[in-house]
Amino acid sequence: MLWSNLSSAKSYMSEQAFVELVESTLLDANQLNSKTLWLKKPMQEKIKRILNHNYPKLRLRYKMLSPLENSSPSNITTVWFLEEIGKEKPISFAISVKNSNVQLIRVLEYRESRGYEVQIPAFTEQFDQIGVDNNGLLNKDIDGITGATMSVSAMKKIARLSILLHNTVTNNENK
Amino acid sequence: MRLTTSALAVSALLSTSVMAAEPTNEELLEILKKQQQQIEELKKSLDKTDKKVEETDQKVESSADAIEQSMTASTSNTQIGGYGELHYNNIEDSESIDFHRFVLFFGHEFTDSIRFFSELELEHALSGDGKPGEVELEQAYIEMDLTEQTKLKSGVFLIPVGIINETHEPPTFYGVERNPIEKNIIPATWWEAGAGLTTQFGEGVNADFAIHSGLNVDITGSNSFLIRNGRQKVAKANADSLAYTARLKYTAIPGLELAASFQHQSDVTQGELDSSASLFSSHVAYTTGNFGIRALYASWDIDGSDAESIGRDSQEGYYVEPSYKINQQFGLFARYNAWDNNAGDSADTEKRQTNIGLNYWPHENVVFKVDIENRTGAQDGSGFNLGVGYQF
Repeated sequence: MLWSNLSSAKSYMSEQAFVELVESTLLDANQLNSKTLWLKKPMQEKIKRILNHNYPKLRLRYKMLSPLENSSPSNITTVWFLEEIGKEKPISFAISVKNSNVQLIRVLEYRESRGYEVQIPAFTEQFDQIGVDNNGLLNKDIDGITGATMSVSAMKKIARLSILLHNTVTNNENK
Repeated sequence: MRLTTSALAVSALLSTSVMAAEPTNEELLEILKKQQQQIEELKKSLDKTDKKVEETDQKVESSADAIEQSMTASTSNTQIGGYGELHYNNIEDSESIDFHRFVLFFGHEFTDSIRFFSELELEHALSGDGKPGEVELEQAYIEMDLTEQTKLKSGVFLIPVGIINETHEPPTFYGVERNPIEKNIIPATWWEAGAGLTTQFGEGVNADFAIHSGLNVDITGSNSFLIRNGRQKVAKANADSLAYTARLKYTAIPGLELAASFQHQSDVTQGELDSSASLFSSHVAYTTGNFGIRALYASWDIDGSDAESIGRDSQEGYYVEPSYKINQQFGLFARYNAWDNNAGDSADTEKRQTNIGLNYWPHENVVFKVDIENRTGAQDGSGFNLGVGYQF
């Protein structure tokens, strides 16, 4: 009977729950739009520079939340669902970005054998309000996890990537 | 009269002309009907265009899905990885260069909850009769998720003890050579065959328990009761006396790992001398900002008069390793190690070693290392080590 209860589990949050969490943190009434960003070659190159490998996507779907009255780029929040391999298996992340800073980051699914601690709030909270410096690197130190170096590295890359994507779509929005 | 008739004729002609320029209601209705028909036709045409655009969208999405699927084909159920390290050692005019470890990982996911993992190592580059190296199967186990928090592994696996034993890819630690405590007291890399449970209590608290094959130490000669020589490496190993390992690990605070392991060996001589033994080990690994520190203590208590008579009933050691990461690419460290495999005797047999050095990561998975080494206590010598390592 034990085997019939086997479960892959390690799902910590759904995409919908994350969007609702982001909405709950925003004070203004917001309009929510689902959008698609096609990853043209220049963007693929930028992504590759962050992840250190080719990115196996042609487009990314994301959510854009903007206040009803004022949709200047600094008031727009974008929500991204991205995956990156830690040591062997892809980790599913959800990230919200506003004004070029990460607002929230959560692990939706963790598939590696070790390093599940990357989803503990005490760890993910280190990314709150994190941005990037002139070199595109995170502007705050992240205390790692012994034995989960590559999962931590994956999360740091995803934070940088989400800021790049956010800046790309909000600048386009402003044109 | 004639004039009147002419006037009437002109008037009738004009009246007819005016009537010809303004359409009748019937004609207007006809025009409206035609226009309505044209609008309907245009609407139909627009609907068709919309439908075509929608179909094209769907085709583009389907094509993109298919292309992305082929782009991610590499994330199949079977994974390959590995690591390796080349060392140059120059200690007291004894120079050697050695591709110390060349390791390949193979893993396969049968289902979301049942997976296989293995690690095959070629040590010292060349194996065979009279050659310096060995081909070793260091891990080969099936892991099953029993619940969301509990996993069972069965096969050949790494013993849950210390810092290095389970995580020893070169880019993850400082120093060319691993620390001597996790070589001579905890005999890393240390693998055994058996079954083990790992369970998670709340956030960041884990427990491991394993039943596995035991050590089989020499009982004669200068290496008697030396722990490292007792590894059977699951190669037609004597399984007369099993061992049991438990570990508690705390990782709830970012950057911090606290762990303690206890192991009981039923008989480290596998039925020869009835000599049980226990290992206690604890460590802390902490990084905050650019600073890091690792410290570990481990000790053996071996029962029986045979071990006691040569002072090897007690064997222990510790190290402390502060480090400072200058930036993403460079890190400095110092490590002080002290250990004694004859701690049960009254002589001063403690060995001490200090390493100070630098790691350079040109890529997060590639590292170049250099350190200077000074040996004191019951050993002496000094020199330096160079190394290059990688993982993927």
